[in-house]
Amino acid sequence: MIRLEKRPTPSRMWTALTPLVAVLATLVAGGLMFAALGKDPFEALRTIFYDPLFNAQFAAYSRPQLLVKAGPLILIAIGLSMGFRAGIWNIGAEGQYIIGALAGGAVGLAFYPSDSVLIFPLMVIAGALGGWGWAMIPAILKTRFNTNEILVSLLLVYVAEQLLASMSLGLLRNPQGGGFPGSRNFQQYEAASNPELFAGTGMHWGVVAAFIAVIAAYVMLTRHLLGFQIRLTGAAPRAARFAGVIPTRLIVTCLGISGALAGLAGLFEVTGPAGQISIDFNSNYGFTAIIVAFLGRLHPVGILLAGLLMALTYIGGELAQFMLGLPAAAIQAFQGMLLFFLLAVDVLTNFRVRLIKREVA
Amino acid sequence: MTASPLIPPLLRLDGLTKAYPGVIANNSVGFSIAPGEIHALLGENGAGKSTLVKMIYGLVKPDSGRMELHGEAYAPSEPSIARRRGVAMVFQHFSLFEALDVAENIALGMEDPPPRRDLAERIRSVSAEYGLPLDPSRRVGDLSAGERQRVEIIRCLLQNPRLLIMDEPTSVLTPQEVDMLFTTLRTLSAEGTAILYISHKLDEIRSLCDGATVLRHGKVVGSCVPRETTARAMAELMVGATLQTPARAAGDRGDVLLEARGLSLPAEREFGTALRDVNFQVRAGEILGIGGVAGNGQDELLSVLTGETVAPPGTLFFQGADMAPHGPRKRRELGLLTAPEERLGHAAAPDMTLVENALLTGIPRRGLTQSGFVNWPRTKDFAERIIADFDVRTPGSHVAARALSGGNLQKFVIGREVLQAPGALIVNQPTWGVDAAAAASIRQALLDLAEGGAALIVISQDLEEILEIADNFAALNEGRLSAPRPAAGLSLDEIGLMMGGAHDMETAHHAVP
Repeated sequence: MIRLEKRPTPSRMWTALTPLVAVLATLVAGGLMFAALGKDPFEALRTIFYDPLFNAQFAAYSRPQLLVKAGPLILIAIGLSMGFRAGIWNIGAEGQYIIGALAGGAVGLAFYPSDSVLIFPLMVIAGALGGWGWAMIPAILKTRFNTNEILVSLLLVYVAEQLLASMSLGLLRNPQGGGFPGSRNFQQYEAASNPELFAGTGMHWGVVAAFIAVIAAYVMLTRHLLGFQIRLTGAAPRAARFAGVIPTRLIVTCLGISGALAGLAGLFEVTGPAGQISIDFNSNYGFTAIIVAFLGRLHPVGILLAGLLMALTYIGGELAQFMLGLPAAAIQAFQGMLLFFLLAVDVLTNFRVRLIKREVA
Repeated sequence: MTASPLIPPLLRLDGLTKAYPGVIANNSVGFSIAPGEIHALLGENGAGKSTLVKMIYGLVKPDSGRMELHGEAYAPSEPSIARRRGVAMVFQHFSLFEALDVAENIALGMEDPPPRRDLAERIRSVSAEYGLPLDPSRRVGDLSAGERQRVEIIRCLLQNPRLLIMDEPTSVLTPQEVDMLFTTLRTLSAEGTAILYISHKLDEIRSLCDGATVLRHGKVVGSCVPRETTARAMAELMVGATLQTPARAAGDRGDVLLEARGLSLPAEREFGTALRDVNFQVRAGEILGIGGVAGNGQDELLSVLTGETVAPPGTLFFQGADMAPHGPRKRRELGLLTAPEERLGHAAAPDMTLVENALLTGIPRRGLTQSGFVNWPRTKDFAERIIADFDVRTPGSHVAARALSGGNLQKFVIGREVLQAPGALIVNQPTWGVDAAAAASIRQALLDLAEGGAALIVISQDLEEILEIADNFAALNEGRLSAPRPAAGLSLDEIGLMMGGAHDMETAHHAVP
């Protein structure tokens, strides 16, 4: 008989080991699934994990994509993890991401065709403010009227999507675009563009911002009082109130940070890899970032690694789709397994498994 | 087969040993309990009492040794087996779901719960039969600690146990409630149910128990018949040394430091207690003891003093300044400190380390942050000083608070506030679940604080504790505070009347604001 025994203190060893165990279990289970689909499991896994990075044929395109895809995921996930740790559930990062892109992009377009160096910084600020403002809606509704931030933030995603459609068809549409939906292309508007900083790396300002966010979040969680208050509120809300944490202020702060970072991610995406505000420039980064945050155990360094891993499965998954003809659903199931195994193995940090022989009572 | 004496023992323990990494919790423990016997298990925090009862209840498996129940081998691998064999336990930390009502909670602990209406009926009849008033339809989240304990006791009684294990059952009860509980236990004993009774209140053990086994450092160091020995002798056997009774010099009282003027506050929760026109003054060097039945406004009074709930302007003053605009942190900065009753989850975060828990209240007065950044080395020093000065038994400051025993965590929580040199300190149930030696040292620390010029309020259901250390006594009854009277010369009966007396207690339990 297997029995779980609660550990007096969470195991440090297992905290570090669980992601590795989960990845291994995913490789095994994923391999079995690919084999069941009639593909060579080793070839499939190699196509997903190895070819995008090291196969000479694909790496030139795929390698920079890694940072391009991981950047926004990490940036958004870092913001979300702050709130998640305190038990504040912002599910609407996708909406804040869209509004950030709209706000920042609109500022840039308003100055077209100026070439002032101040334009891009101004757009960055506007992007952050846009995401922040969109996140303030659930924050204020929650603190004033005790609404549920999960529902409000999620439903605001659909409002943001409608707004995005309206903007790219109307107000922000490229006047010289021959009637096609979508804004001017930022890559052809130098003062407002977010170019690749080093050719062939995929590195752009959004990725830089993501790295800075990882470091800042790490310092804040381990050294700063705000980080302590966030962790305390998540661990023991009543003790947090006793310690003097004001819950409403913490809700506003956490939702504000995650909204601003999501807004930034949107701005960097729309001015960089996406190039223009269009109906479908957003590729669900805001939702995927939720998985990244949990996969990274809500820890900044974990999120960094999880973001890269998640980006790799996307790129490798696409590769496997057209190289091996694997169905897209199989790739999604594979990504789902990763989260599933991580959460399952997670139990080992707080519990130890004991094998007990059944006794005759 | 054992050589049976006249009455074969109900439970016999022989050579029970359980070791954890670094510590032998139980070292060859053996004793026996006769049917219908009320047997006390005594020992300091960390003496191994919890481990022992957990083995009897099937939560922990002994490394070696054997147990016999009714003369048959007994090795429960899980509590459900123990319950099936007639062993029930009331824990010190309640295992109740706050969002569910009393009947639902009781049903959850049963192997085969009857339909809800029958169960509610049985709860009512058992609670009436054993004198433990309880309404099956109330939500547990709105019950006081004392009432929650009744839920646990009734849950056990519904299983008709042959052996009932009780861990610190009286720590939240008034003298009258204790009398009621003892009547219950004596009835059970007369019916043949044996009771294994863990308590630190030696006087109670003397009046209730037929036999006692004393543990120290995991070993049985003695046994006695409590009625034929003194409380002091038992305490010294537990500690292995001579005990000091708290003492203080009758110093001069200074200015009024802490004052409530007509403090009224509506109940926050559905079944909470409203504070009604509370008035008191505490001078520098004075200890005001506040007694009362659990759930009469103690928690509400404490949270209005910590700043977790906001008092109306002009009702609460510390050092002459109105506290209404100040939250918990600002109050700490000014020197108004508090230690709540609930250790896990309120006074301390269970999953955080002792260092982090030291930071929890230590920031403003110990300078543990600099421009928003935590000074961890300094915080660690502070935590380690608490551990050293208050004899907190722990492998180190890096362990999670939940790993400490209740008494040790309580020493940590009290020590954390005392070492911050408060101007005024309010403590709720300072020695609940703490053993005699540790309780004495906590009381001594409180007395020393008062002697140093601090104003103290001690909220406690342990009336002997209040009489031992308080200068003045007041009682909370349905959110009203009686006028404080000098504690010296008050008899337990007078106090009982101040608290509302036995006839008013019923209303206190059933009052719905």
